[in-house]
Amino acid sequence: MANFYSDNKDLQYHLSHPLMKRIIELKERNFADANVYDYAPQDVEDALDSYRRVLDIVGEVCGEVIAANAESVDHEGPRVVNDHVEYASGTVKNIEALNEAGLGGMTLPRKYDGLNMPVTCFAMANEMVARADAGFENIWGLQDCAETINEFASEEIKMKFLPRVSAGETCAMDLTEPDAGSDLGAVMLKASWDEEGQTWRLNGCKRFITNGDGDISLVLARTEEGTKDARGLSMLIYDKRDGGVKVRRIENKLGIKGSPTCELVFNNAPAVLVGDRKMGLIKYVMSLMNAARLGISAQSTGLCEAAYREALKYAQEREQFGKPIIKFAAVSEMLKNMEAKTLASRALLYETARFVDIYKQLSHISHDRSLEAEERQEMKFYNRLADGFTPLAKMFASEYANEVAYDSIQIHGGSGYMKDYACERLYRDARIMNIYEGTTQLQVVAAINHVTKGTYLEQIMRYEEEATSEATKPLFDTLVELRKVYEKAIERVETIDKEASGYKDFHSRRLVEIAGYVIMSHIMLRQAREVEADYLNPTKIFVKYAVKKVTEAATYIEASEASDVELFKA
Amino acid sequence: MGKLTKIVVLAKQVPDTRNVGKDAMTPEGTVNRAALAAIFNPEDLNALEMALQMKDRIGNATVEVLTMGPQRAADVIREAMFRGADGGYLLSGREFAGSDTLATSYALACALRKINPDIVVAGRQAIDGDTAQVGPQVAEKLNLPQVTYAEELVAINDTEITIKRRLERGSEVVIAPLPAVVTVNASAKECRPRNAKRVMKYKYALATSEMAVAEYKAKAFIEERPYLHIIEFGAADVNPDPEQLGLSGSPTKVKKIENVVFQAKEAKKLTSDDADINTLMVELIAGHTLG
Repeated sequence: MANFYSDNKDLQYHLSHPLMKRIIELKERNFADANVYDYAPQDVEDALDSYRRVLDIVGEVCGEVIAANAESVDHEGPRVVNDHVEYASGTVKNIEALNEAGLGGMTLPRKYDGLNMPVTCFAMANEMVARADAGFENIWGLQDCAETINEFASEEIKMKFLPRVSAGETCAMDLTEPDAGSDLGAVMLKASWDEEGQTWRLNGCKRFITNGDGDISLVLARTEEGTKDARGLSMLIYDKRDGGVKVRRIENKLGIKGSPTCELVFNNAPAVLVGDRKMGLIKYVMSLMNAARLGISAQSTGLCEAAYREALKYAQEREQFGKPIIKFAAVSEMLKNMEAKTLASRALLYETARFVDIYKQLSHISHDRSLEAEERQEMKFYNRLADGFTPLAKMFASEYANEVAYDSIQIHGGSGYMKDYACERLYRDARIMNIYEGTTQLQVVAAINHVTKGTYLEQIMRYEEEATSEATKPLFDTLVELRKVYEKAIERVETIDKEASGYKDFHSRRLVEIAGYVIMSHIMLRQAREVEADYLNPTKIFVKYAVKKVTEAATYIEASEASDVELFKA
Repeated sequence: MGKLTKIVVLAKQVPDTRNVGKDAMTPEGTVNRAALAAIFNPEDLNALEMALQMKDRIGNATVEVLTMGPQRAADVIREAMFRGADGGYLLSGREFAGSDTLATSYALACALRKINPDIVVAGRQAIDGDTAQVGPQVAEKLNLPQVTYAEELVAINDTEITIKRRLERGSEVVIAPLPAVVTVNASAKECRPRNAKRVMKYKYALATSEMAVAEYKAKAFIEERPYLHIIEFGAADVNPDPEQLGLSGSPTKVKKIENVVFQAKEAKKLTSDDADINTLMVELIAGHTLG
């Protein structure tokens, strides 16, 4: 019996992080639900035990059902039948199994039939689903749209839609249009108020919509006639049961073939408004995107895990020159680096998820009562960290997914280029991860603010305050040196930027990468301190890699003149 | 439907003989239980699924699990509750130790008389003994009609059940009057997974003897929530004839256990011409493989 939770010690480690206690306290609010719901926990230990058990179910469904269907789903793919999406048969079975296991509405409150689990656990579930089938994770992971509804919609809307998500209905977020991709302020889909029908009506087109024929769709539309920018956009919910949206076509993609990417035509489709008009892009999509980015980070980490395991298995079984190829230094070095990247990607993912959990939960509490001064402080603190870490987690995990998948094929040699092994599917699936929900280049745009504002440096200094152990001391010293390199690079870039505008922009990716490597190394170092046997060696390997990457970026910056800004202009 | 239909699934906790390592057998040739995980017998899971489907179809029904075994066999009942069963009965006591299939079916029949179900569903056979005798013997002892090799539930109502059976060369559909015993084949639908909310709800369920040794807090918790109490029967609770229980009720005598290791020592190539076939026949008859 394959189980993607019980076979993954690293994943289990992250569930036992000390911050989980605070997260559970905030999530369960004095465990008041215990008297109302027979499945609510009594205390922190009980909650953690339930999380473990639920994740174990996810792990079993992933290992036994979803992974087994991945290949056929990749070949079969979804189709358009009578203007609607028909999933591949394996996809239907996956949804059925997850719904029988009652895994809808994982993070939603119990009053909406949800499981009331933290975002961190939902990310773990997403990671496992993606390890089994990355394309399917897109469909299932979209249940985080419900989080946005829960955060911003009226009670009436929540009561109508959220229990349906808990029962397993699927979601979509309809943002992109042919002329509005990264630049969502240009969205033109029109929403107009129908006085007679007392409803909003949607007209226009959406493109590249993942699971576009989902049961419940969050739609970004222009409610303010005559406007042209972000301030005229609102967020609405379209209910598939009402009708009015046709799927014109499904894109034929390189990878994630099981995930239907739809072009949609809205024809007077009725819709309800979420929250306030004009806040669609400015507030709600930002929240939605942050959740989605964390989702891609989980998806990418799951893909790293799958690609690494495929490569490891092949290298152990494949014999050349009279021994398994894993015995050759060139192969084992690749594998060790793949493992280190996978662990680092996961470390950053769950560090970020924990920050998001604390901040989001305090924000939910603030809707019910005013926060104490200390709680407000705490919320602000974690909000800043969540905002700073989310683009890093998305960027590194998705780039690593590509690198690990690339190396996985390399280890398979010629066989890996054939359709016979899973590594070729993983390679194709990974390619979209550093593109959608904001390309790596756009994550850099979000992250560079936190280089400038000092979010990363402050957090690095906090990591440096944590106690060191004897075994990790040399690594710690290296990281202090890297931090100094980071500070020096920022200083140089900011100084030259004053005279040559655009210089900081030119080096922003390099600065963000340096910050990311120092941060990931510190999180790994903490793990190496806590569980030396599992993490010391991978951390040593990762820090070596970090030194190489930081040095490369810093050397480039050091040698870069102000004139480079002009040199690279097209 | 007015009447409540009571469905009982017979389930067994077995050593996981599908994943055997080198230490799976003791040097004496018996199963090394310590080296093998204790699992829900696979075909009993198919049986549980079919029972749950019966409940889904008729609505007004309960699905409970009956298992005979030591205290830890209560795990099987909890597992069934996570997957949809309403509760269960643990039949436990040293009087039952050493039971062969006859004594087992006798003990189960005694418990079933007490529970008085409308339908008994069991897996075809257990992976440790592979006898496929217990289900049919229970049916005989309770004087109930039996449907074996069940693969699919076709229809069910208050008075009868329609089942598709898997046969060697095809399938047949039979109707049995209720009450009846159904034994389910591995080719039937796989069991539904554990359900998240049910796991959280039932994870603290304990059988009576487990409760006795549990800490006070756990005991009080279960007393407030009767659905967490797994009913436990000792021998005395099911009014048996003591002679028919355990070792004394087990006529099966094991003469010898042999540890057979299959290995190909030599290979022989045969063609389809008559001479080769003739040679093979002679060889097989001589070796008592045939005839």
